[in-house]
Amino acid sequence: MLDKRLVIITGHYGSGKTEFAVNYAVKMKNSYSNVSLADLDIVNPYFRSREKKILLEDMGIQVLDSSINNQTLDLPALPAGIMGSITNLNMKAILDIGGDPVGARVLARFSDQIKMMDYDLFYVINGNRPETQTKENVIRYLKDIESTSGLKVTGLINNTHLLKDTSVSDVELGHELSKEVSWEIDVPIRYESAMMNIADKIVSEEIKAKLFPLNLYMREEWMS
Amino acid sequence: MAKVLMKGNEAVGAAAIKAGCKYFFGYPITPQSELPEYMSLELPKVGGVFLQAESELAAINMVYGAAGTGARVMTGSSSPGISLKQEGITYCAGAELPCVIVNMMRGGPGLGSIQPSQSDYFQATRGGGNGDYRTIVYAPSSIQETVDYVMEAFDKADLYRTPVLILADGMIGQMMEAVEFKEPKKIDLPEKDWSTTGTKGKRTHNIVNSLYLDSELLEKHNLKLEEKYKLIEEKEVIYESFGLEDADVVCVAYGTTSRIVKNAIKLSEEKGIKVGLIRPITLWPYPYEIFKKINPNAKGVLTVEMSTGQMIDDVKIAVEGKFPVYFNGRTGGMIPTPASILTDIEKIAGGIK
Repeated sequence: MLDKRLVIITGHYGSGKTEFAVNYAVKMKNSYSNVSLADLDIVNPYFRSREKKILLEDMGIQVLDSSINNQTLDLPALPAGIMGSITNLNMKAILDIGGDPVGARVLARFSDQIKMMDYDLFYVINGNRPETQTKENVIRYLKDIESTSGLKVTGLINNTHLLKDTSVSDVELGHELSKEVSWEIDVPIRYESAMMNIADKIVSEEIKAKLFPLNLYMREEWMS
Repeated sequence: MAKVLMKGNEAVGAAAIKAGCKYFFGYPITPQSELPEYMSLELPKVGGVFLQAESELAAINMVYGAAGTGARVMTGSSSPGISLKQEGITYCAGAELPCVIVNMMRGGPGLGSIQPSQSDYFQATRGGGNGDYRTIVYAPSSIQETVDYVMEAFDKADLYRTPVLILADGMIGQMMEAVEFKEPKKIDLPEKDWSTTGTKGKRTHNIVNSLYLDSELLEKHNLKLEEKYKLIEEKEVIYESFGLEDADVVCVAYGTTSRIVKNAIKLSEEKGIKVGLIRPITLWPYPYEIFKKINPNAKGVLTVEMSTGQMIDDVKIAVEGKFPVYFNGRTGGMIPTPASILTDIEKIAGGIK
């Protein structure tokens, strides 16, 4: 299944949306000449995709962040260019949204324009986060995000990990959880992410079919 | 229990509840706001109370009140908010009230920035409020350690009837890491027969107070506190150290910075330089003794901090003039890099001219 031009990435707080979004942008740059990544995270003060602006711009990816040119503020200021990236049919546009329904609130501002486009709304699942370890809880957050944003989730991302402690069994655990969610709400799993060092150790054919190997751009060398 | 992925601030809350904390009084401030947010969601589920106070001053005085009843209670903030709490903390110390206070440090002075910093070391270890008092200060360097020492903090607070500080920085508060919640160690704690929970007509009432108008009585109280602090200095020092006996250079760092230093040490080893590490886990009481294990032929000691140099004073006290003490620090929310620390280590190992 081919992803739509406009891809919106949401999920529970701390599910790994930003790491996935950054990796996804880098991957899309291989297939599209115009790629933009908009950082719409108005929830977190640290670890936002705008921290990787220079790295991404060097790869030719356009980064849209706060209209106030300061990396370290937690002001909910959005740049005007976001609307352009949503509506520009020549742009592979990726929107990285803050966590939880409160983070998704920012999407309501753009939902009328988004609905006029062909879009994908991905919901990132990390089965190792205490609040999203059961099918019921995963679905509850998903529904809340849908009602806050006014948009429908079109795909699930299994992003179950423990950072550098992740093992294949974490990915498998997340796969089973995502499958249950997928079955219940009839939304397909679109990607199964795994860090580079374990991606080639995965044996499950079901996971391999949708495998999305991840580089850890957001973690400094000294972090676990 | 299996490992879960948690943000530092949330993990502090989860650990506190696991340790029996029933009350949290606080006021939001970046980068620790996830702690009150977590407590507001989770404390009601265990029959506890979360209350967002009208200010940091109100919050710490609510802590004073709850601690006076013998309940396990916590407050949290970040640097400027902790400054506001100093009056309440010295009152708690004076009235010998057990409580746990979390500081996720950010850049200062004043309002500073929202980025990580370690520039509240003086305030934490020298007593930010008035009077002769000390607070135990734990400085964890990972989310797992944060969880472990938050639990321990409640026990030590009860054991010594003293406020205990968790001193971390915004990076620890905001970072996600895998953690495991182990059952807290069971230790024998004294009955809280001093708490104000009603006499039931069977005893004279207890008084929780830090006011002693009679000089003789206040001196006696101060000497009693002093005795307690000596006991804590004797029993509660915690640190990590390695490679001291044959070190060319020894690094000293705590919290987030110590992790960066460990990376720099690996880089130094690749260049054939032997580097030891002293990582204080309690900043008060400070691990002065371990500095005596440093190779007498070491070229120097390098202190790395996210400040303009505060712990360096304790390092100088500890080395007793036997080694030159050097400093590498960043401030304002900037984080030292392994490469810059390596450069300093190389300079010291080669002999600074």
